[in-house]
Amino acid sequence: MSPTSRSTRPRRLLHPGAWWLWAAGLAVVALRTTNPLLLGLILGVVAFVVASRRSDAPWAMSFAGYLKLGAFVIAIRMVFPILFGNRLPGTELFTIPSVTLPGWAAGVSIGGPVTVEMLVGAFYQGLRLAVVIVCVGAANTLCSPYRMLRALPNALYEAGVAVTVALTFAPQLAITARRVREARRLRGRPTKGPSAWRGSMLPVLEGALERAVALAASMDSRGYGRHGQSPAAIRRTAAALTLGGMVLVAIGAYGVLDPSVPFVLRAPALLAGGAALAGALVMGGRRSDRTRYRADRWLAAEWVVSVCGLVAVVGVVVSGRLGGTLDPSVYPLEVPQLPVAAALGVLVAVLPAWVAPEPPELATVPSSVEAAASARALEVAA
Amino acid sequence: MIRFEHVTFTYPDAEVPTLVDVDFVVPEGELCLVVGTTGSGKSTLLRAVNGLVPRFSGGTLQGRVWVDGRSTDEVPPRELADVVGLVGQDPAAGFVTDVVEDELAHVMENLGVAPDVMRRRVEDVLDLLGLHELRNRPLGALSGGQQQRVAIGSVLTAGPRVLVLDEPTSALDPAAAEEVLAALTRLVHDLGITVLLAEHRLERVVQYADRVVLVGGPGQPVVCGEPAEILAAAPVVPPVVELGRLAGWSPLPLSVRDARRAAVELRTRLAPLVPASPRSGGAPASRVTRDLHQNAVGGARPVGEVVARAEGLHASYGPVAALRDVDLELRAGEIVALMGRNGAGKSTLLSHLVGLKVPGRGTVLVGGREPHSLPAREVVRSAGLVPQDAGLLLYHDTVAAECTAGDRDADLAPGTTRAVLDRLVPGIDPRAHPRDLSEGQRLALALAVVLAAEPPLVLLDEPTRGLDYPAKHRLVRILGDLAAEGRAVVLATHDVEVVAEVADRAIVLAEGEIVADGPAREVVVHSPVFAPQVAKVLAPEPWLTVGEVAAALEQLAGSGSAS
Repeated sequence: MSPTSRSTRPRRLLHPGAWWLWAAGLAVVALRTTNPLLLGLILGVVAFVVASRRSDAPWAMSFAGYLKLGAFVIAIRMVFPILFGNRLPGTELFTIPSVTLPGWAAGVSIGGPVTVEMLVGAFYQGLRLAVVIVCVGAANTLCSPYRMLRALPNALYEAGVAVTVALTFAPQLAITARRVREARRLRGRPTKGPSAWRGSMLPVLEGALERAVALAASMDSRGYGRHGQSPAAIRRTAAALTLGGMVLVAIGAYGVLDPSVPFVLRAPALLAGGAALAGALVMGGRRSDRTRYRADRWLAAEWVVSVCGLVAVVGVVVSGRLGGTLDPSVYPLEVPQLPVAAALGVLVAVLPAWVAPEPPELATVPSSVEAAASARALEVAA
Repeated sequence: MIRFEHVTFTYPDAEVPTLVDVDFVVPEGELCLVVGTTGSGKSTLLRAVNGLVPRFSGGTLQGRVWVDGRSTDEVPPRELADVVGLVGQDPAAGFVTDVVEDELAHVMENLGVAPDVMRRRVEDVLDLLGLHELRNRPLGALSGGQQQRVAIGSVLTAGPRVLVLDEPTSALDPAAAEEVLAALTRLVHDLGITVLLAEHRLERVVQYADRVVLVGGPGQPVVCGEPAEILAAAPVVPPVVELGRLAGWSPLPLSVRDARRAAVELRTRLAPLVPASPRSGGAPASRVTRDLHQNAVGGARPVGEVVARAEGLHASYGPVAALRDVDLELRAGEIVALMGRNGAGKSTLLSHLVGLKVPGRGTVLVGGREPHSLPAREVVRSAGLVPQDAGLLLYHDTVAAECTAGDRDADLAPGTTRAVLDRLVPGIDPRAHPRDLSEGQRLALALAVVLAAEPPLVLLDEPTRGLDYPAKHRLVRILGDLAAEGRAVVLATHDVEVVAEVADRAIVLAEGEIVADGPAREVVVHSPVFAPQVAKVLAPEPWLTVGEVAAALEQLAGSGSAS
């Protein structure tokens, strides 16, 4: 059965939470390994699922952008060690001239011999980061960021809308910048070089500001930020709990990673923060002054998709216990082996390509040239 | 439903109040049209209805605005969301979500409407505005008319008693504008919603209006009354009313239909004559001399050499073709109107003629050279474009600085741009900020900057958007002068009345292809979409403008008294 075959199941968009859990599972697997075979497998699985289950909306066209970003990260990750890397012995490929730095910069070395081990190590690290980026990108491609924010609890709704607005800012800025550049050319001014940059900044920012004001007026006249009947005391308490909870969670998360932090600021802080956030969500949810239109439902397919992500995580944990080569040795360089349990787990994560329902057709063809042009600008900006 | 009680409003830092002692009532279920020249305070008046003025704009408002029994000085705009729905000039700028259905539901989520009610209302509004096929569409993939209908829908789902719209059709082609206006009249007739609407293109909306509010401008009083009554004396009237005034019809017709019924006699009087071509200055010719007239130099204008040429031009945005196989020659001294739906490829064609875009296939030559391969400095000497938003061309903080920069950009003698500007629209304050100029003055300034380099080809993209009738008349005169100087002028426009006034030749684009290219009169007269009001009233006689009819009537009167 091919994932694109027409099934009789009704077409619908999967709950965004399910896609995010699935993608987060694969990202966790990627974070726990530098094995290029396993990372490559994750990449393949993610790309296959995206290709078979993404919709035809403009935001679903951005996956290639994330792949390019990943490639860019790998390139950067490999250039840096060539220039500044620590010079461990190994198989030398070539040598770049080294620069002797003055005394105050001791400890930083520039140039020197470049070894295969060094490049391979840098590639593994870069690949890991790239795969994590692609996982996040896949989630963004499979469901629009706005849908994810809509699925957030009521208490976070207003913050969520603010984030959505911020998300549209960058593409809009790109569109304004293009129009300003064209206008400069119409006046016979250079469109490249520093003077062009200086001349374009002001109109671009002015345009962005005007748009922001227009949007704010539109949101206000459509009832955004309306308080209705909910008592002020509950609102304030919920806001305080949210803010305090987030600070505690941030401190706790840092504490858990850094062993030198006092115990109170570690797991206890994390738990207290979590509790405060949960409290805020409950209080916010009680407020009856906001409702949700066609809230996404969590059905069997959602369970399967998110469990697939979880299985991948279990696979990599089991692999670690069994001594699978999650981090293949670079010094000395050896051919990486595929950790079987982890690979099986990742392979399970390909199931959503069949299990998830097909997305409905949104916009098969942009309805006008203008629309195509703006969709293209969005794509470029992404 | 809406009551303005002695409202006087002054913007911060303004010397004179924008609205003075405005006092009127709009009863429930009426469609009320707000008319006035640009900068007269129409938008200010509209935004005062839900309190965005003064809460968002700053400034001081005296008096009171009541909507559905609530006063805007007591409740902020967001608490009025279930009473007043406000749609701004640029619908896309107000979108919060990314899909049609979510955008419609947004206001109800804010109001806390129960989910099942919400679902039902969204379905109702989708049907009411004809949006059901677009429900899952991303907002970015909609055309201008569709976006405008979604913007209306996005406030309508709240079930407001009042709908306020600021120039809902100004950016739309004639067909899309009809679509939006049809939806609005349905709301007024079927749901009893009170609609307050500002529009410059009166010819499109005036026949639907139950009441007209005339905003006179800073310091002038605001008048409210029956459409025919107000328009009999208003400074801004659509061509059909102008024709009615000329012919002395009473009551004054507001729609083409009413005018046609009144025009039977006028048509028979005009039948022996044919109109003179625009700007030749001649009197209408009699039928006998018509054939001679038409054979003379293919119309009345001496057309010069070819200024620009496109051959087999193709362009595309991703998979969508914007221009297909366009062949075009533009000659010195002619005014060409480029018409067609939103997104038919008009702006794309103009961009190619000034070298903003590189042709996908085919060639574009302006003055014998490819504009896209020339440096910007050279292009401005062969072709100049005033974009849709003329303000984009202006970067400086005073008119004087703008003119100086214009001279510098094109290596001209100091003062050249200012001289051009004074010829177009005399007396603009050199210390004024371009943003503070009226729509028409800003267009003139942008046009002056473009014209200073003396390009033989002048292109204008939607120049009449936001212009009132006096400003349009000025523009028509300016364009005529430019053509008389031997420049080729191309304007891409939805404004059929301006095309009728000024164009010699009309080109209609559809889906990126040229579907009609010929003398403006022939192309425009028999098209149901592009015919101007006078042509519709006097069909099958080929008259396009009130000016032509006036000249003909004068001639008839003259010959009548002579014989």
